[in-house]
Amino acid sequence: MEYKDYYNILGVKKDASQTDIKRSYRKLARKYHPDVSKEADAEGKFKEVGEAYEVLKDPEKRKAYDQLGSDWKAGQEGFQPPPDWEQNFDFGQGGYTQGNAQDYSSFFEDLFGGGAGANGSQYYHSRAGAGSGGFQSKGENVRAKVMIDLEDSINGTSQSFTLQMPEVNKQGQVINKHRTLKVKIPKGIKEGQTIRLSKQGNPGLGGGERGDLLLEIGFNQHRLYTVDGKDIYLNAPVTPWEATLGAKISVPTPDGKKVAMTIPVDSQQGRKLRLKGKGLPRKEAGDFFVVLQIALPPSSLSNVKELNEKMRDEIDFNPRSYLF
Amino acid sequence: MSTSTINVLSGNILEEGASLTLVEICHNCHTPAETVIKLIEHGVISPTKGVTSSQWRFHQAALIRVDKALRLKHDLGVNIAGAALALELLDEIDHLKQQLKYLK
Repeated sequence: MEYKDYYNILGVKKDASQTDIKRSYRKLARKYHPDVSKEADAEGKFKEVGEAYEVLKDPEKRKAYDQLGSDWKAGQEGFQPPPDWEQNFDFGQGGYTQGNAQDYSSFFEDLFGGGAGANGSQYYHSRAGAGSGGFQSKGENVRAKVMIDLEDSINGTSQSFTLQMPEVNKQGQVINKHRTLKVKIPKGIKEGQTIRLSKQGNPGLGGGERGDLLLEIGFNQHRLYTVDGKDIYLNAPVTPWEATLGAKISVPTPDGKKVAMTIPVDSQQGRKLRLKGKGLPRKEAGDFFVVLQIALPPSSLSNVKELNEKMRDEIDFNPRSYLF
Repeated sequence: MSTSTINVLSGNILEEGASLTLVEICHNCHTPAETVIKLIEHGVISPTKGVTSSQWRFHQAALIRVDKALRLKHDLGVNIAGAALALELLDEIDHLKQQLKYLK
């Protein structure tokens, strides 16, 4: 078993006061709260901090923990609780801890856990089993964020995701299972929306039904397109003469086809041309916007310098007249 | 660690699913109606229609917000007003990040 340095986890000294411990815990809990933090392993860190606080906030448990000795270093393997552990402290009955030992490390569980299971108010995913004696209770909902390509939303393809899901086995231990799911992406789903897969979450207690699996959708960055809600944008470079004289150009569309577009005479930089209903396919489909970006030919190309000099000398145009 | 694969799953888009009643929200979030009503009073969620509590209907997205608010309340020791403020600020951060993405 791995020894855990709870003081180090909370960033406090061994002789820290209960007030210091509380303050440090609150700060770290806010920092790593999975609903607030964007850090990759926020949930893991949040649980670790919660576990450390669970022990150190309680003077009796803290005393017991301190008695394990200071020779142990964090992460050191081979830790075993001393044989007379529990002689002075009765933690073995379960129900002693308010937190749910299931969610804590095996280090915690061996020391304070007792009957790891559905006692007390649960810890992080909580709510589900709160106060569940012999009741049936629906399992917890499991949330995960998954990334898809814009094309997956447009075509409504099926995508495989591998999620790490903690599951409780028959012995009541929590094991991390890699679960690969193949999920049909609802056509036209927008970034930030959630796919709800009913009864794919955690198992219920006492034979209650499974919770739901909630997959929040994010879009991978696309080489060409940006997406805003249900609308899709494409930056299309045009030459100065196409913008001034008007032209017909061909642009790719998000559904993998091409479309001919008419650039109106006197189009300024940034002009948006709309293709109605060519955005995300939905009941009320989004639009596809082509945003004109005027690209200047470099002066190294033949004639560019001469023609620009000619324009400078012969065209009466001052775009800055309004500045003064 | 073991791996298991299952067949193709189809789900619905939570934000566009059928609307929910107060009872369904309470059942899904394992929380009493009093708490949900408090969340409504603080503007964390709001019914899309209905005048009395038995007529209220909610977007399915309300489930996610109720869950989040309850987690913040439970885990960080904030009250409902605090959780509502945190959610509003988180929404704003998301919105700003989204805009920043377009500007980059």
